[in-house]
Amino acid sequence: MSSKSTPSIAGRVGTSQPHDSGSKHVTGQAIYVDDISEPIGTLHAYLGLSQVAHGEIAAVDFSATLASAGVLGVLTANDIPGHNDVSPTGKLDDPIFAVDKVEFYGQPVFAVVAETRDQARRAAHAAKITYRELPHAIDVETALAANYPNVTEPLTLKRGDADAGLKNAPHSLTGRMEVGGQDHFYLEGHIAFALPGEDDDVTVHSSTQHPSEVQHMVAHVLGVPSNAVTILARRMGGGFGGKETQPNLFAAVAAVAAKKYNRAVKIRPDRDDDMIATGKRHDFVNSYEVGYDDDGRILAVRGNFAARCGFSADLSGPVTDRALFHADNCYFYPDVELQSQPLKTNTVSNTAFRGFGGPQGLIIAERIVEEIAYALNKDPLEIRRLNFYGGEGRDITPYHQTVRDNIIERLVDELETSSDYQNRRRAIIEFNQNNSIIRKGIALMPVKFGISFTATWYNQAGALVHVYNDGSIHLNHGGTEMGQGLNTKVAQVVADEFQVDLEHIKITATATDKVANTSATAASSGSDLNGMAAANACFQIKDRLISFAVEEYGVDPADVLFSANTVVLGERTLSFPEFIKAAYMARVQLSAAGFYKTPDIHWDREKGTGQPFYYFAYGAAVSEVSIDTLTGEYQVDRTDILHDVGRSLNPALDKGQVEGAFIQGMGWLTTEELWWDEKGQLRTHAPSTYKIPLASDRPRIFNVELADWSENARPTIRRSKAVGEPPFMLGVSVLEALSMAVASVGNYATCPRLDSPATPERVLFAVERMRTGEQ
Amino acid sequence: MLNDQEVTLYDVTSSDTLLDYLRLDQRLRGTKEGCAEGDCGACTVLIGRLGQNGLIYESVNACIRFVASLDGCHVVTVEHLRGRDGRLHPVQQALVDEHGSQCGFCTPGFVMSLYGLWMRSAHPAVEEVEQALQGNLCRCTGYEPIIKAAHAISSHGSPEMDVLVEERKRMTGILTSWDDETGVEIKSDTDHFFLPANVDDLSHLLQQYPKATIVAGSTDVGLWVTKFMRAITPAVFIGNLKQLHRIDTDADGITLGAGVTYSDFTEVVAKYFPQMNEFWSRIGGEQVRNMGTIGGNIANGSPIGDTPPALIALGATITVRRAADRRSLPLQDYFIAYGEQDRKPGEFLESIHIPFLDPDDHFAVHKISKRRDEDISSVCGSFRISLQSNTVTSVVLAFGGMAATPKRAAAAESALIGQAWNESAVDKAVAAMAEDFQPISDMRASASYRALVAGNLLKRFYRETIGESPRIQRIQVA
Repeated sequence: MSSKSTPSIAGRVGTSQPHDSGSKHVTGQAIYVDDISEPIGTLHAYLGLSQVAHGEIAAVDFSATLASAGVLGVLTANDIPGHNDVSPTGKLDDPIFAVDKVEFYGQPVFAVVAETRDQARRAAHAAKITYRELPHAIDVETALAANYPNVTEPLTLKRGDADAGLKNAPHSLTGRMEVGGQDHFYLEGHIAFALPGEDDDVTVHSSTQHPSEVQHMVAHVLGVPSNAVTILARRMGGGFGGKETQPNLFAAVAAVAAKKYNRAVKIRPDRDDDMIATGKRHDFVNSYEVGYDDDGRILAVRGNFAARCGFSADLSGPVTDRALFHADNCYFYPDVELQSQPLKTNTVSNTAFRGFGGPQGLIIAERIVEEIAYALNKDPLEIRRLNFYGGEGRDITPYHQTVRDNIIERLVDELETSSDYQNRRRAIIEFNQNNSIIRKGIALMPVKFGISFTATWYNQAGALVHVYNDGSIHLNHGGTEMGQGLNTKVAQVVADEFQVDLEHIKITATATDKVANTSATAASSGSDLNGMAAANACFQIKDRLISFAVEEYGVDPADVLFSANTVVLGERTLSFPEFIKAAYMARVQLSAAGFYKTPDIHWDREKGTGQPFYYFAYGAAVSEVSIDTLTGEYQVDRTDILHDVGRSLNPALDKGQVEGAFIQGMGWLTTEELWWDEKGQLRTHAPSTYKIPLASDRPRIFNVELADWSENARPTIRRSKAVGEPPFMLGVSVLEALSMAVASVGNYATCPRLDSPATPERVLFAVERMRTGEQ
Repeated sequence: MLNDQEVTLYDVTSSDTLLDYLRLDQRLRGTKEGCAEGDCGACTVLIGRLGQNGLIYESVNACIRFVASLDGCHVVTVEHLRGRDGRLHPVQQALVDEHGSQCGFCTPGFVMSLYGLWMRSAHPAVEEVEQALQGNLCRCTGYEPIIKAAHAISSHGSPEMDVLVEERKRMTGILTSWDDETGVEIKSDTDHFFLPANVDDLSHLLQQYPKATIVAGSTDVGLWVTKFMRAITPAVFIGNLKQLHRIDTDADGITLGAGVTYSDFTEVVAKYFPQMNEFWSRIGGEQVRNMGTIGGNIANGSPIGDTPPALIALGATITVRRAADRRSLPLQDYFIAYGEQDRKPGEFLESIHIPFLDPDDHFAVHKISKRRDEDISSVCGSFRISLQSNTVTSVVLAFGGMAATPKRAAAAESALIGQAWNESAVDKAVAAMAEDFQPISDMRASASYRALVAGNLLKRFYRETIGESPRIQRIQVA
């Protein structure tokens, strides 16, 4: 940190800077893939999707398609020069085009290539495919009944003896909770734009969180080495995990078509096809058994986490793993056994979504707390406190990692006070006594979220920094920009390292030919990994600059000081550009590739032990709601959040992440409902039927604070913490507040067991259960 | 006019959308496609048109607005916004300062919606902002910074300095000079459409082309094109017909032309039917209310049809016309079955008459949806009751979402008529509703929820008539 006496740069780390593209966003000048000027002769591809949930392809008739205006041809699996597969985990279970058999309603079977997108889209709908239908299982219950297999290896986490713990506990209860899925609803849908090059080369503009994987997949599909494929990604119009593996298929189709026709090819599904044909957040059916004592202290937990994974594995393994990793949230389970069940279903293959299974696991910890609280007639907050990690022998997770950086008690204490939780809770209970139709609820809940990819090798990053001889700086790294402001944060790190104003740092598109073998921008890891890699590149250049200064100006290395757009060399001060020009003339290398890998993490999946997370991020939220017991409609009246981002790199952007994540989490648990009909067709596939929160759904009183006293116990970039995913789970406070409002109808004697999403319909039926005393 | 450029088109077809025209033909790519069904607002642009009170600019969804409907209008896209000396426009500056964009894809749409709001309300209340943004989805920010920005716009400049406001006079002159009431016909080998000169012209055209698609606000027909790729040729665009925009008040009630938009009618609702205020603001989003017409909402025969249950309860009649022949019928009789209405080939809906409420009548309309705003109702219930000495002398219970058409609950009504208006009578009416409706389960709600809520809405109505109407209170913030 710079002290007050030293002059400061504009845009240093720790200050609130606007998103680097803010001005371009508001003027419409920010270029997304569909906005790039197309070369003359650009073709358009469009997918043809299956219209049964499970069936053998009996006959295919493309005659009408091929006769349609503007059509150049149809691509099927036969047109794929390499592998007809985009499985991100090498399982070879993710065909681009279905062959012989389709396994979900909306599975791509072919693509049409035409002169315009409209022509390709119309022609795709003209195809006639007939199927011999097979029985389908679209959800967890029917998949279990039909003995469907797992799509990937399940995981068990175990510590102590859950059987004995449950048997010996003074009280125990069992329950089941359905946890709904979620569509990403990024505003910019999937898109890829491929430009053929010479030899085997192809360049693809992709809206992707994982350019390196798109590169490797396109190469795999084309049957060419990775060095023939370049992926470019300047920005996405939202990702949220939906663009981690799902862009592979679109990029591959565009690339295959571009090579086949030797013309540029763009592919962009419409919103409906995007929602039908690409994966979503996994919905889960979770069951739990908990033993506890008279005070509400949890003694033993057994949980089963069954997920609708869809027809292929995709990322379901690590997603369901992460559900187990977060089934403890902030609570110590003395004896515990957790089991995942990644089930195959005849639905689209579910994928990454902010939190990556963590929310679907964490929600069970919160449900357990709620169950105990209602059983013992206590405030759930009291049960939470009693079970927080901490104290002798009470700091070990179900995966045997010790929780060393726990700050949850302080966060919760501060939030309890700042939100006036106790008084408001009392007032709400009184309100509910005096009102029959409108009821209120309030809930304060904590979040702990493990930071690091549990696929340990993903925890690496690269960056490329050039300092040009005019002193301007070019920054490139492996992370991708999807709105989170990663580029701004990393540029602030670089500005800080060189002590130049932020405006001198040029942010550039993520490109696989600049930084190789990058990891997905996911798991909230973007600034942790890429910030460190960029800093490492700066260190290398600065080392060379300091050596040069020592030699050139005869100063001590300790007397070379980068300070506020200048370089102080003992008695002499040069402007940064002057100094750089001098270094260039002396033939100093002003470019560096930086690298970072997260230290100290390891994970043995077979044994279920290790230290998968480098650190934990924490947060707490308290939400207050009103419900209408005649209709089930509700409103979030107020939310207060205190969230931990360590020492913030950019408080404005971090706060934006917290607010946005909370609302998205609230949407997941309230109005966002995925609904399939009896044919296995998803019927909520556009904003007319799939309802994400609107401006008028946000709590009108929304107090969001960052815990400014927090700093990461680990030496992360400037002691900051990851922020993308953890606050998503703060939305659980809304579900639980709704639950309390419902419970009031039964005088708080029964846990309402509200499943999610808690649509007005679910709330009303829960109210009815309270009225009739049914469970 | 498109921004500051005059545009004349010859090879336009009936189904060309404004969004594709902007992005593909004009290469104006600031306007984005998010959903192509008028629900996300990423494609929001402003349309200036000459209304009853002069030139007004309204936000619309370019994705479902047809180019053919824009004759004589001023289309304003995000590229047209600019502040003084090349700086950002106050709307844009406020959004940047408040960190109102993250991924930025929805942002141009928010800019345009906020721009439209700010031009008419420089210091809006939070309710106004929320309402203006009902048709704009943002998935990143959680909206808080956008709301803050909406309140901060005027600190960056006043509307008087805005380019559209400054040029209002000139633009009014241009649009007026084009307003010559001549019809337009454009025909190619595969497409044919008309912009009739007036309502008589319309009636002739429909005689000639009885199967023509009548396009008013295109909030429904737009989706036939963008979602289902249906051809709408031959098409007749009626949005510009001034006679259909008339709202006339007489001693008996209100007569409105079939082309009156939801937005046009908002003031009338507030003045004569304040019981509908909340309901009215929950129909569609702002863009849809600016485009969509009450006539279209009736004519398309949706089983839910947000306005028909309310209009049926109010006793509305409609006038349909073929050539010079007009016939009037009670609105409730217009809906025959799913997809079938009492409109013969060549007929069109010309006007709607809504009688005033008897001051002693009780009237209410309640809309239930998964998300409060900008959502299609799972159930919409509207009730009107007349009492004499607490005995029910007339009653209408009209529902949307409960059957294949908007429909009255006949059995429940008979259970009430002649009875004392009390809780037990209402309970009997609720029980009788089981005879009236066998609702379906779909993605919006289950049959059992629909049935339960329909009864509960009647119970709510009863409570309202006795002066108890507990509703969720919106939190008031300074």
